[in-house]
Amino acid sequence: MTVVHRRFDVLVIGAGGGGLRAALQLASQEARVAVVSKVFPTRSHTVAAQGGVNAALANVTPDNWQWHLYDTVKGSDWLGDQDAIEYMCRTAAERVIELEHYGVPFSRLDDGRIYQRPFGGQSQHFGGAQAARTCAAADRTGHAILHTLYQQNIRCRTTFFDEYFALDLIQDEEGHVLGAVTLEIATGDVVVIEARATLLATGGAGQLYRTNTNARINTGDGLAMALRAGLPLQDMEFFQFHPTGIAGKGMLISEAVRGEGGYLVNGDGERFMSRYAPKAHDLASRDVVSRAIYTEVQEGRGCGTERDHVQLHISHLGEAAIAERLPGIREMCQTFLGIDPAASPIPVYPTAHYMMGGIPTSRDARVVVPAGSGEEAVPGLWAAGECACVSVHGANRLGGNSLLDIIVFGRAAADDIERWLQEAPYHRPLPEAAVARSLQRLEALEQDDDGERPAELRKAIQATMEQYCGVFRTEAKLQEGLAQVQALAQRSLKLRLSDRSRIFNIERIEALETQNLAALACATVASALARTESRGAHSRVDHPERDDAQWLRHTLYFHQPARLEYKPVKLRPLTAEPIPPVERIY
Amino acid sequence: MRFSIYRYQPESGDAPSMQPFELAVRPGMMLREALLALRDTDPTLAFRHSCGEGVCGSDAMNVNGRNVLACTTPVDGLKEPVQIRPLPGMPVVRDLIVDMEPFFRQYRAIQPYLQVNDPLPESEQRQSPTERQRLDGLYECILCGCCSTACPSFWWNPDKFLGPAALLQAWRFLADSRDQGREARLDFLEGPFRLFRCHSIMNCVEVCPKGLNPTRTIGLIRQMMLREMG
Repeated sequence: MTVVHRRFDVLVIGAGGGGLRAALQLASQEARVAVVSKVFPTRSHTVAAQGGVNAALANVTPDNWQWHLYDTVKGSDWLGDQDAIEYMCRTAAERVIELEHYGVPFSRLDDGRIYQRPFGGQSQHFGGAQAARTCAAADRTGHAILHTLYQQNIRCRTTFFDEYFALDLIQDEEGHVLGAVTLEIATGDVVVIEARATLLATGGAGQLYRTNTNARINTGDGLAMALRAGLPLQDMEFFQFHPTGIAGKGMLISEAVRGEGGYLVNGDGERFMSRYAPKAHDLASRDVVSRAIYTEVQEGRGCGTERDHVQLHISHLGEAAIAERLPGIREMCQTFLGIDPAASPIPVYPTAHYMMGGIPTSRDARVVVPAGSGEEAVPGLWAAGECACVSVHGANRLGGNSLLDIIVFGRAAADDIERWLQEAPYHRPLPEAAVARSLQRLEALEQDDDGERPAELRKAIQATMEQYCGVFRTEAKLQEGLAQVQALAQRSLKLRLSDRSRIFNIERIEALETQNLAALACATVASALARTESRGAHSRVDHPERDDAQWLRHTLYFHQPARLEYKPVKLRPLTAEPIPPVERIY
Repeated sequence: MRFSIYRYQPESGDAPSMQPFELAVRPGMMLREALLALRDTDPTLAFRHSCGEGVCGSDAMNVNGRNVLACTTPVDGLKEPVQIRPLPGMPVVRDLIVDMEPFFRQYRAIQPYLQVNDPLPESEQRQSPTERQRLDGLYECILCGCCSTACPSFWWNPDKFLGPAALLQAWRFLADSRDQGREARLDFLEGPFRLFRCHSIMNCVEVCPKGLNPTRTIGLIRQMMLREMG
């Protein structure tokens, strides 16, 4: 096998919004930056984000970052770290303004300022009237942001490794991360990319579930790389199910639809959200709305002949508003449902959407591990975006906070890496066995003739996760689920490839992705089984209450051998008054 | 449903060929799902795809002579056998996968980023809803390549003619009230090839899966050139 060596100052793995925001800044600072992405950058999943990015610009309603902080802490069901949340909410306005300066085509208000729309879980005056905090480019905000960030990276002449698949981190004996081993998909060559700083920005793992809003590429590769490097994953039991996926198909119907005035209706024609969220109604947080829809359907009040979904109504908004504010949603409904939402309701059902957990990081996006009674940074390694857990989303992310997360912590990572490059001016020597582990894994895939096909195993993982680790969980189901995903993870080490070609071998990539998914399934189910309470997106039927006395803490999952540790939640913001846990009602 | 799919595996030493496939399709099935089902029977069949909802632009291909995104193309109503080929005019890497670099090179060439020379305000640059509206039908491009690879002028001169996708983006910045790079942008587009090789054949408009109209924007660039450069 050919092994090529390349050397840069910084290696960014992943070309979504987080990776590109960091790369842009570092490349503008004259650092030599390599961005590795398994797809062409504008194919990254940031492109599919619709509704917008939160920042208290106060362009539409009175607003300030303190209210945004309060809403995010409450949305997180108090599992979010309040220091990181303050940092995010406080810097949000600057980061969004920066995006506008880069050229993002935000929708506009009559006075020329950025258009903002209401989104779920947003309030004025700490839980008062609905706020409008989500800055939007129609309903294609992620697309607008991703393309703009890519364009700005073209300006800075960032080096892109398009269609390279990252296999493993390279670490020396002292634990310094020195880059990564990658596979050039088009040629099958192994390429070692050395760097003084490595940023994981590889996104989430929505492909863990059969019905999801995510792109095929969302297989959590960076998270699995972290696990293989002996690093923990934090809060993996918290997986967000978006309330409004297209029923039976999974494509995302943005929360912007409800933000613009759309509402949910059950089979009896009732606007049922009022029973679950007397104040916020359809704009309660996502975990609340998803559970409400499940409950309606389970109790026989679903819509359609199978009574297996609910309806999202927007026709009352009128043709013009829909054309201006929700053109992408309309196009999607026409393509995949053959309906025009300006005339007919949209059939929706909750679908796997976003991973709140991830690689534990500090506020400056450094990957951290437990050390003594506290934590220490892994030298040379950063993580940002959905693959990271800083933790600003806690047990449930608010809509509009994920695009914010990637630009805030993409930038924070770049700021910190700049400092690091000053402190660590030379590349450390690569250990001799740097590539051995990755090569072994590739070779094993070529040798097994009696294993399973990757596509089959991937489907088995998705079906198991859906059945045993979905929205409503119990000890018995999770026990059974854990046994099953552990067996699947064993089987993932023995996969058979029908395709032995070197050139654009998609089956090989799928095999590597499936191994990653299998490890993450284990992390998710093991973490969920241990947490005997209900908090945010983690809903235990056998433990329906939140239990702050025992569980106001973060889970850390380590792989091989599997074990769990815990760390405290940071309940003090940087400067604001702490927001103490209370009952969460919308 | 019967399919006939272009196969090329450079390591095999075999010439490219069309391979027949059959599949029991479901009502409402999209072509991408059909191709994935075919991949279950033959995992060596290579094509790009990702989001499955027409926003990432990965799975552009030529189906019954027309460039489409597989994920937004229903199989119902396709003439059988469904002929599936890689995007025309691009070097084939393998099966339905082409080397998109000639396409992206032209995209990079137009300097597809906002250029502002004046000091930036602390807050957002103001832009009226009317000014912003001029970007509609432009910024939505997903860089799938359907348009440029359907364009005879691009087939003939992929290195000299920018092609509809890049020209649409050139106009996206020329039309942006915030951009101050107009003069240099128009200078760059001068000459017999980069812009003016467009003969208004309109294949690009015909195939754009997002319903965009590059031919119209090429006309608008020409008008602007006449106005601004005399």
